[in-house]
Amino acid sequence: MFEAVLLTVITAATPLLIAAVGELVVERSGVLNLGVEGMMIMGAVIGFAVANQTGSGSLGVIAAIAAGMAMSALFAVLVLFLVANQVATGLALTILGIGLSGMIGEAFIGVPGLDLPQLYIPVLSELPFFGPVFFQQDALVYLSFVLVAVVAYGLFRTRIGLVLRAVGDNHGSAHALGYSVVRVRFAAILFGGACAGLAGAYLSLAYTPQWVENMTAGRGWIALALVVFASWLPLRVVIGAYLFGAVSVLNLHAQALEFDIPSQLLSSLPYLATILVLVLISANRRLTLVNTPACLGKPFVPDR
Amino acid sequence: MKSLLKTTVAAFALATLGTAANAADVKACFVYVGPVGDFGWTYQHDQGRLAVEEKFGDKVETAYLESVPEGPDAERAIERFAREGCNVIFTTSFGYMNPTIKVAKKFPDVKFEHATGYKTADNVATYNSKFHQGRYIIGQIAAKQSKTGTAGYIASFPIPEVVAGINAFLLGAQSVNPDFKVKVVWVNTWFDPGKEADAAKALIDQGADIITQHTDSTAPLQVAQERGVHGFGQASDMINFAKDAQYTAIIDDWAPYYIERVQEVLDGNWHTHSSWEGLAEGHVVMAPYTNLPADVVEMAQATEAKIKDGWEPFTGPITKQDGSVAAEDGVRLDDGAILGMNWYVQGIDDKLPE
Repeated sequence: MFEAVLLTVITAATPLLIAAVGELVVERSGVLNLGVEGMMIMGAVIGFAVANQTGSGSLGVIAAIAAGMAMSALFAVLVLFLVANQVATGLALTILGIGLSGMIGEAFIGVPGLDLPQLYIPVLSELPFFGPVFFQQDALVYLSFVLVAVVAYGLFRTRIGLVLRAVGDNHGSAHALGYSVVRVRFAAILFGGACAGLAGAYLSLAYTPQWVENMTAGRGWIALALVVFASWLPLRVVIGAYLFGAVSVLNLHAQALEFDIPSQLLSSLPYLATILVLVLISANRRLTLVNTPACLGKPFVPDR
Repeated sequence: MKSLLKTTVAAFALATLGTAANAADVKACFVYVGPVGDFGWTYQHDQGRLAVEEKFGDKVETAYLESVPEGPDAERAIERFAREGCNVIFTTSFGYMNPTIKVAKKFPDVKFEHATGYKTADNVATYNSKFHQGRYIIGQIAAKQSKTGTAGYIASFPIPEVVAGINAFLLGAQSVNPDFKVKVVWVNTWFDPGKEADAAKALIDQGADIITQHTDSTAPLQVAQERGVHGFGQASDMINFAKDAQYTAIIDDWAPYYIERVQEVLDGNWHTHSSWEGLAEGHVVMAPYTNLPADVVEMAQATEAKIKDGWEPFTGPITKQDGSVAAEDGVRLDDGAILGMNWYVQGIDDKLPE
């Protein structure tokens, strides 16, 4: 029973985790990209379309990443070179993504999808309990953990990470030191787009292998909230994503077990949990200030 | 920024407006609550629209707006259609009821058709289908086929139509196996493939070997296929998603109704009414019975024939969950009682959310 619940939690948490880690890097560089939902849905439709046409799940995943990056490049050009308002541009990106994906996906409605194969890690997957839970997942689940590890290490243990954080904390100083703020941010935005695209592919190729319009159903927005929830720390994103996944899955199990709790209350639990954690985090003002990228959302215009 | 907005607007216009500017005798317009690509509720309405186009050719022009939120936006969308010269406007969600009535007052010459509502006027008709008839049949199949004696029911919102569906399903099941159990999970959404899939997994993990749903995506059926249990398609035939898992599907077929009403507008003899038809009139259609032994198919077909002959699944004896009598033996619930159903029948352990 517990094993079954855990398996469902993993699939529910993975897309949130991947998208949130990408957005975390973007925000650490001082850019707020509200277009996660739009990039994710484009990843979902392109990933599905390519996998369907070529019969290869891996090609689908790669195409989804490319689609997410293409969307984010559009965003990057607008906010970095044309210094457009980040909030408005991000929202427009979401609207564009939802509309465009609907148009592209029209031919794929009602077409059964391609399920990504599970990767069975030899020997370990035979273990009782631990086997199915940890070593019989599809490749993207493992990838999500590699991604978190790489981002956590890269942000805080490498020079590139230091530069990226410097750009996000004080773009004026970083610029004065000779770092190209625009270039660093461009790269970060592309990384965020790639992650969002990948998260989308997870939805349309692994979670529910099919294409339907609007299938992200707000998960991009939850990923955005998770970044704040995690106070811009990668490992906390994992906790956040799994907590969110767990609460929403437990809600369904609790109902099936016929607990006498109103279902509307259970459905709102993940959001209540998010608000609670946000309150707890912001209570510690010093910690919040230390981790929040100081230049988040501020446009950068080099004066010379 | 400006250019991006323009592309967005252009993409939207392309995605949402399927108009062919032509001089036709009648212009029929449709307002949808979801995307035409949901492969469920809205998809089926759009199939109906396409059937109208095919039937009348150049004589009728159609247009639609999709993903129109229920509320003030709906009023704007409906009014726009009325101003654009639509002769008949179909508004296809319960939440469009008041906006439809409001706009209809301003445009007495335009005919309005509102799906699933209960307010009519001289130029506003309502239409709905007896989906619960299909649910009675799938309840019988579930009870015959289930090994665990438990079905999982993924429900959207506690509105009468959904509650009546659950009751009809259980009444059907009880007619075969009086001890049959149904586990209900409310997901509080019409459409979220991920959440619906999770709900299906939770139900299967807890012993349900039949999955049925009153939500719009194909995800639960896909999970059933993956896990080797069975289920039923919702709104459209979903056999492509679950070749081994789907027993049948309850298909909403709006085409006959739309063709009939557009014909009446063409002929000039359209009148307001409240249409509520089911299997007999072909507004609800059962998909082919698959993956079933012959005797179960026979039983299902017999029930289908009985309903087509006029028998109503909500015929007594029906006992409510609290033990009180809803209908005496042989007494049939009237339409109002079914359309406003807010109680469970006996045998459901779930507590109805209020």
